[in-house]
Amino acid sequence: MAGSVNRDNLWQRVAIATPYLWLLLFFLIPFIIILKISLADPVIAQPPFTPTFDEQGALSISLDNFRFLLTDDLYAITYLRSVVIAGIATLLCLALGFPMAYGISRAREQTRGLLLLLIVLPFWISFLLRVYAWMGLMNNHGVINNTLLWLGVIDAPIQMMYTDIAVFVGLVYSYLPFMVLPLYATLERMDLDLVEAAQDLGATRTRAFWDVTWPLSRPGVVAGCMLVFIPAMGEYVIPYLLGGPESLLIGRVLFDEFFVNRDWPLASAVAVVLLLLLVVPIVILQRNQARDAEAAT
Amino acid sequence: MRKTSRFTTSVLAFGYAFLYIPLLLVVVYSFNDSRIATVWGGFSTRWYGALWQNDQVLDAALLSFRVAFTAASMATVLGTMAGLALARFRRFRGRTLFSGMITSPLVMPEVITGLSLLLLFVSLQQLTGWPGQRGFSTITIAHTTFAMAYVAIIVQSRLAAMDESLEEAAMDLGGRPLRVVFDITLPLIAPAMIAGWLLAFTLSLDDLVIASFVSGPGSSTLPMYIFSKVKLGVSPDINALATLIIAIVTIGVLIAWLATRRTRSA
Repeated sequence: MAGSVNRDNLWQRVAIATPYLWLLLFFLIPFIIILKISLADPVIAQPPFTPTFDEQGALSISLDNFRFLLTDDLYAITYLRSVVIAGIATLLCLALGFPMAYGISRAREQTRGLLLLLIVLPFWISFLLRVYAWMGLMNNHGVINNTLLWLGVIDAPIQMMYTDIAVFVGLVYSYLPFMVLPLYATLERMDLDLVEAAQDLGATRTRAFWDVTWPLSRPGVVAGCMLVFIPAMGEYVIPYLLGGPESLLIGRVLFDEFFVNRDWPLASAVAVVLLLLLVVPIVILQRNQARDAEAAT
Repeated sequence: MRKTSRFTTSVLAFGYAFLYIPLLLVVVYSFNDSRIATVWGGFSTRWYGALWQNDQVLDAALLSFRVAFTAASMATVLGTMAGLALARFRRFRGRTLFSGMITSPLVMPEVITGLSLLLLFVSLQQLTGWPGQRGFSTITIAHTTFAMAYVAIIVQSRLAAMDESLEEAAMDLGGRPLRVVFDITLPLIAPAMIAGWLLAFTLSLDDLVIASFVSGPGSSTLPMYIFSKVKLGVSPDINALATLIIAIVTIGVLIAWLATRRTRSA
């Protein structure tokens, strides 16, 4: 008997320790390394940063990178731009996603499955190719401009590519499913008797929506907004392919700082500050999920 | 049937048009004979032929599939263990850190994950000499790490929704925990594991940013190849490649959907 108990204990330990060690090595330690390198100075060497301890073994760290990020206008503006652009894209996603999720949740049962499938399907098709699809549409000689010219609505092509408008279109297009799915989950679970009760008591449809439906769908709204805002903040592909050279976003700055300028310490510092900016939305999301899970049981 | 307002219906129509028209146009233009991708020059399938003769595409696709298969399988094993640990082993040392590390990769911006893993690989190489070359192994490790989080969440939520009484009954009847896991728990969560594997496989095939960080010279995944071409603008052979991917995914998802619908109605 004792032998089998030990073996079962062993199994439990293996099931915990294997993923645990993996995550420590490939998730937690990498972040400590980022933090360490963000405190180093760039040098022309392999690897291109100063060691944390010098030859005498004394601690050699500096906050120069962070000081630079805070004082250089380019970075401050880029962080701010990223927050604003990700924020606007999130609101646009909500404005389009909410009525969609609402419509799906109120559709007939047979059609609901198909409508949901059509929301999820683009998610399985390559993200990069979905962004690419818009390049052919928004070009100066692209489908939209050609159609408008042909219809006589415009005389000259509208510049859409390489503008912020293109970035918004790309962000909303790519992240819409992340908004619709959590919203649908809350709306579908909602007790419709409450809305009917409000209407029976004399509330108009609009009033019933704002006083009953909207407050009850808050967990879905919060989850959807965070799921769009967080990845949009660090987005690299969309601003690179659709945005203009002057419309810098922080994800692209990090990428270029690392690969083009080869300034590893500064790229690490950019990452640390980005992470600090995202701590608040990430905590909001996790609290929201925990509360939602409790409410479900 | 409840009435949906005209407003909701029109937003739905607009939303689906917004989602699908760009994809539809890519498919249409992949059969365009003209080299200039936005001018229609007649029907042709020549870009598909060109694709088949393009060694770069085939090499990149092969690498992507090898990485995706290996990473999805490793992520399913690790993620299932993690999901079991979170759902069934209530108390163990460092549980808070563990669940934090499981859920964080889900919301971490890709540029940060990619940068942090590359810096780890560089440091490891200095200390131990491994990995001497970045490519298949480093991309696979990176993809396993973020994909296992998705598997763990799917498995955990399946276990949370599942009745524990079957497992308890098996234990009461004298089954040892390890036997119970293999005879009862694993068969019950198999659908979640399959769903997790498929999701991990797709996420790995889809990833550009993380792979760009952790791969070395000479090893390009399919998204990396596509990105290098797409940077230069719209091109007809990428339209053809995109159409193939759209077709494969659509057929796969439809089959999966019909299969689950049949089992549910049965």
